[in-house]
Parts: sequence; structure tokens; C-alpha cells
Amino acid sequence: MSSTYLGLPSFPVAAAESTRDEQLRANLRHATHTIRAKRATAISELTDWPELRAAGAAIKDHTLAHLDHYLLQLEAAVTAAGGTVHWAVDADDANRIVAGLVKATGETEVVKVKSMATQEIGLNEALAAEGIHAYETDLAELIVQLGDDRPSHILVPAIHKNRHQIRDIFSRQMAAWGRPAPDNLTDTPADLAEAARLHLREKFLRAKVAISGANFMIAETGTLVVLESEGNGRMCLTLPETLISVVGIEKLIPTWQDLEVFLQTLPRSSTAERMNPYTTTWTGTTDGDGPTDFHLVLLDNGRTDTLADSLGRQALRCIRCSACLNVCPVYERAGGHAYGSPYPGPIGAILTPQLRGTTTELDASLPYASTLCGACYDVCPVAIDIPDILVHLRERITEQRRGHALERAVMKAATWVLDHPSAYALARQTATRTRHLHPTELPAPTPAKAWSNARDLPRFPGRSFRTWWKDRPAGEAPHGRPAREDTTR
Amino acid sequence: MTAADKASAAGSSREQVLGRIRAAIGDAPAGEVPRLDPALRTYRDTHVPDDPAVVLDLLAENLADYRAGVHRCTPEDLAATIARLLAERGARAAVTPPGLPRPWLGAIAGTEVIDDDGTLTAQRLDAVDSVITGCALAVAETGTVVLDAGPDQGRRVLSLVPDHHICVVHAPEQVVSSLPRALPRLDPRRPMTWISGPSATSDIELDRVEGVHGPRTLDVILVSSPPRSG
Ligand code: SF4
Repeated sequence: MSSTYLGLPSFPVAAAESTRDEQLRANLRHATHTIRAKRATAISELTDWPELRAAGAAIKDHTLAHLDHYLLQLEAAVTAAGGTVHWAVDADDANRIVAGLVKATGETEVVKVKSMATQEIGLNEALAAEGIHAYETDLAELIVQLGDDRPSHILVPAIHKNRHQIRDIFSRQMAAWGRPAPDNLTDTPADLAEAARLHLREKFLRAKVAISGANFMIAETGTLVVLESEGNGRMCLTLPETLISVVGIEKLIPTWQDLEVFLQTLPRSSTAERMNPYTTTWTGTTDGDGPTDFHLVLLDNGRTDTLADSLGRQALRCIRCSACLNVCPVYERAGGHAYGSPYPGPIGAILTPQLRGTTTELDASLPYASTLCGACYDVCPVAIDIPDILVHLRERITEQRRGHALERAVMKAATWVLDHPSAYALARQTATRTRHLHPTELPAPTPAKAWSNARDLPRFPGRSFRTWWKDRPAGEAPHGRPAREDTTR
Repeated sequence: MTAADKASAAGSSREQVLGRIRAAIGDAPAGEVPRLDPALRTYRDTHVPDDPAVVLDLLAENLADYRAGVHRCTPEDLAATIARLLAERGARAAVTPPGLPRPWLGAIAGTEVIDDDGTLTAQRLDAVDSVITGCALAVAETGTVVLDAGPDQGRRVLSLVPDHHICVVHAPEQVVSSLPRALPRLDPRRPMTWISGPSATSDIELDRVEGVHGPRTLDVILVSSPPRSG
């Protein structure tokens, strides 16, 4: 895992700190509430949203169930189209491969499109150690990089900064990185965007190497797909001679036609748009158009461990839309940084402990950073049952931590959530699920269904977590499985 | 590390990842031929009635909603419309892909037309005001034009670096209602750019601002013959 995130405080400690930051909380509240309302409108245009959601989940589950087959198909297709495929077991492996590829070009500068996978592996730091400078080109990532900060939201990484703070960062820092900000820079978003355009254009025009992630990889054709808004993605994917894409193995879908589902659900869930301004798709290399050298680095880094958990593997369906962050009362109060990884909010609470394991205080505390209100599940465009996985991970941690130092972190996280009545009250308002209606067993599975429904559904906490906590016998752990007979309130 | 060591290390990463996957999905049904059950696709093929006029109106509406300039004209008026947009923009130079139909350019006055021969650099294009392209198709429900580097669209860089993009869509033949209908008509082996409105960002307090790195002005010309009236 990235050194960037090593040594971070556990969730409750970091959350307690960010909760005290009034500015941060105001920025976050404004942003998440705005996007929430817009998203609901965008989704109401599609009367078949539940069907699209179910199909998205089914396509992802199907791909994951045959991941080896589809990865080999992808590898063959990318190679046939002139690309080179590399496999990386972990972050070190991936960083070594990318640094080697950049060095082979003789370049010491690369431009980057926002990519969570490269944040996850700490690529920028690894490249810096090899004397290679990586320039982030997404406006928000630029703000974060110039401000020597860390991203706090999947979609809007600088969501915790307001326009005045951004103006100050640009005025102070741009000159040290390249073209300075204009002297009379105002804090209107249009002026700030113009300053970024000018600052970055000189970098795009001279860049020889770009590094990207991808939203989707198509097994059948070897095609990669990147969705974006600003055009920095197009610049990076089109102008340089060498393109290196670092992509998690779970980003795969079987066919080109399958995009019909995700191109409908992702932009609406993410930016609340019918469609994002730009989507680029490419297959290997094309003579006379775009990079002449294309490398795809397929990243495991804990994904196969996640895949091995028949309940937790649902997290690998995630298309990183960030809808679950925007509805999460805990995220709204704690902010993205408290989650200690590039994946904040509900998805971070289930993904990070699975990718990294739960041996650190931070990672063990993450599954407790939730009130289990279920709002995240309701908005998730691939129907990941996040509360279910949280409960499951709590069980895992409870078993692992008995008489262990982790217990403290876990207790603190649970207490932090419970100590924030307004976060909790909000959770109750947003809760739309009637959890007591959930069956604990699915109808007898057919062979085709057996894989995804391989186990009984876990028992949901019958009482709310909070009631249970209050009523628990002294010494009982914050275990996610209280008696199920109790009624939900 | 020698080159041979590196190669074998790479080989072992590949085998390791595949091995872990196979161990992890051991509970998947064995021997199944991967194919997703088509019955799972219960979503709709389109959300719009099958009426070309309705579909075209929706395309115009959605393009405009995301701040593209929308201009409707007949085939006879296309050249004049392109010329007018360049003049209004005050474009000194416009680049065109090699396969752009020449009659489209017939009315241009006062703008230098640069035909891309495949050697124009990004630096050179940075000094060009406008680009004129056709498209592969347009999607009404999302307000999207799709460029697939066809002869009337050219290299991806052409529609990226100049700050003003004029894109010509022929209706009804290039217009589909929905994404499920768009994908089968596109060849994923070609490099593609899907464009829905001009470049934008919402990174500052989620305020949408038009124009960061791509063309800040997108003009879409919808060309259709007038309905034959009885
Ligand atoms: S878990 Fe679902 S809602 Fe959250 S980011 Fe992933 S896909 Fe979006």
C-alpha cells in the first residue's frame, strides 16, 4: 500500500479532527446536498432504473465469476491491437513496471489523468523516488497536488476546498510548478478554470508520456474506456507518444454492448448528468492517431483476496460513481480524509479493509464508520449491499481481534458514530430500507445462481445498531449480529 | 536484474494473479461457457417513441441543455451555416479533416481553411481557432455526438486542441435515440470520442463551468430535409 497513507490515524481520531473543522463541514454539506438532488432528477428520467441497476450488477458478477477467462481474452485482444499487457501482483510490482516503462522512454516528466488505482498504489511518490515527476491534470487533482493535500472525494477530490482557498493555492503555488497564475486572479470558478487551462496546456503540448486509469475494459475487443468532463483526459490519452494505463482487474466487462448499461448508470449516478462531456475509447494503438506505444498494467493489489470472499466480493462491482458518499451521513461529517485511503465513504469502508486487510487500527476501524442506515445501498448503481458487507466485515474483525490491540480502534469508531447524534438522525431520515423485511435465505438457488447466492444472506441487525449498543450487556463487543428477532425501529 | 529475470518475474506475476483468481472463484460453476444470461437484460432499448422528428427534437434539446450551440438547417443551407458560424466566431483559421466533403466549405470567406495532412502538430493546432468535422452518429437521449476518426472526422487531436468545434450531424440517418441502439453501430476497434456538450468542470464547489481543456465552444449543426408537406 502507498506510503502516503501509512501511519494515518484510525478513523475515529481523524474523523474527530475533521468534524471540528467548520469550513470543511460546510463545504462538504453544500457539495453533497447539491449533487444528491441533481442525481435524483437525472435518474428519474429513466423509468427502467431498477432494471439497469440489476443488469449492471449481473454483468459485473458474471465477469467476476469468470475473471480469469475474461482477463485472458482481454490480454489477447489488447496484444493483437498493438498494446503490451503487464500484470502486477501488488503496488510495488505495479510501480516498478510503470517506472521502468517511463525510464525506457528517457523522459522525466509524465502527465496524469485522475486515477484512483494509481493513488491506491502511491504511484506518484514511487515515480518521484526514481526522479520522475508526475503532473496531475484533473482540475481537482491539480488543486490537491498544488496544495500538497490529499483527495477527499472520488468524483470531486477537492470537495473540501472552497473557491477562496483554491484561488489562494493557485496564486501561491502555480509559479513553482510551471506557468504562474495571473496576477489579478479572482475566485470565480470560470477564472480559476481558465488559470488551470493555461497552466496545464503547456504541459500537455510537450508531454511525451501519459499515465491513466480506465473506467472500463472490454474483454472481447481489448478496448479501454475513460469518462471525464474537462478534456484533460483526452489530452493525456491523445497527445503523448507513450500511454501507460494502470487498471484494477475488476474493471473488466465482457462486451462492447455491455457499455449500454454502464454509460447510462455511471454519469447519472456520478455527476448527475445524462452523459459526461467526454468519453474516450481506444483499442491498442492506431496508426497516425494517438500514442504509438500503449501499455496496460493489470493490477491485483488485494483484489483477488476480495474476490475470495463470497459476500465481500460484491465490492468489486463498484464503478466508482461516488453516489454512496454523497448520501452518507457519516461521510458528510467526517470528510474523506478520515478514511485513510483513496476510497472514502461507504465504498471505502468496505473496500479498503478487503484490499489491505484489517491488521492496522485504521483498517479495522473502517467497517464501523457507518450507522448501517442503508442509504448507500439504495443509490448504488450496481446494487452493492454495503451495509451487509459492513456487518460481515465487523464479524470478521470481531473474530480476529479478540484480546487484541485492534479492539480499541474498533470501539472508538463505533463510539464516534454513535456520539454524533446529528449524523445518526440524518441516517434515520435517509434510511429507506425496511431491513426486517429481508429474508435470511434466498429461494433454493438454481445452479446458475449458486455462485452469487452461494451463502445465506447474513442476518441484519434486527435492532438499529444504536439501540443495540445502548442495550447491550456490559462487555459485549460491537458485534454486527445481535439477535435478529428484535424489531427494527 | 537481467532482462531474462525480469521476463520471468513478469511471467510469474501473471501466473500468480491468475492462480489467485482461480483459487478465489473456486465456487463458480465449473466448465460453464461464459455468457451472460440474456434474460437479465430487462431494461429498455429506448425511452423515446420511434418517430425521427421526436428523436431529433430531443437531441437538439439535450445538446442545448449541456450548452452546445444547436443550429438546424437543410442540406442546401449547410455551407452557409458553417460559414456564418466561423464568421460570428471571428475565426482566422479552421482545420478540416482530409475526408470532409468539400462542398461544406463552399461559402467560407475570411477564414483560412487548413486541410489536415496528418502532420499538423498539437502546437500548430493550438494556434488554430476552429475545427469542422462530421460525426459517426449522435445519441438523442444523452445529447451526445460520437466521433470515430472516420474520414470526415480525422485524428482525435483535431477536435481537441482548437477552442471551437463545429460538428455536423445528418438526420435522420446519423441519429439514434438511445445508447443501446448506438453501440451496435460503432466499431470499438476505432479510437472514439463521445462528446456531450463542451468541456466542463464541476470541481469548484460543484459549480459547472464550461471549458477547461477541450473546445470551450461546441456548435452542432443538425442537417435535415424539411418534411414533405402534403
Ligand atoms: S459502491 Fe456503488 S454507489 Fe458507491 S461508488 Fe461504488 S458503484 Fe458508486
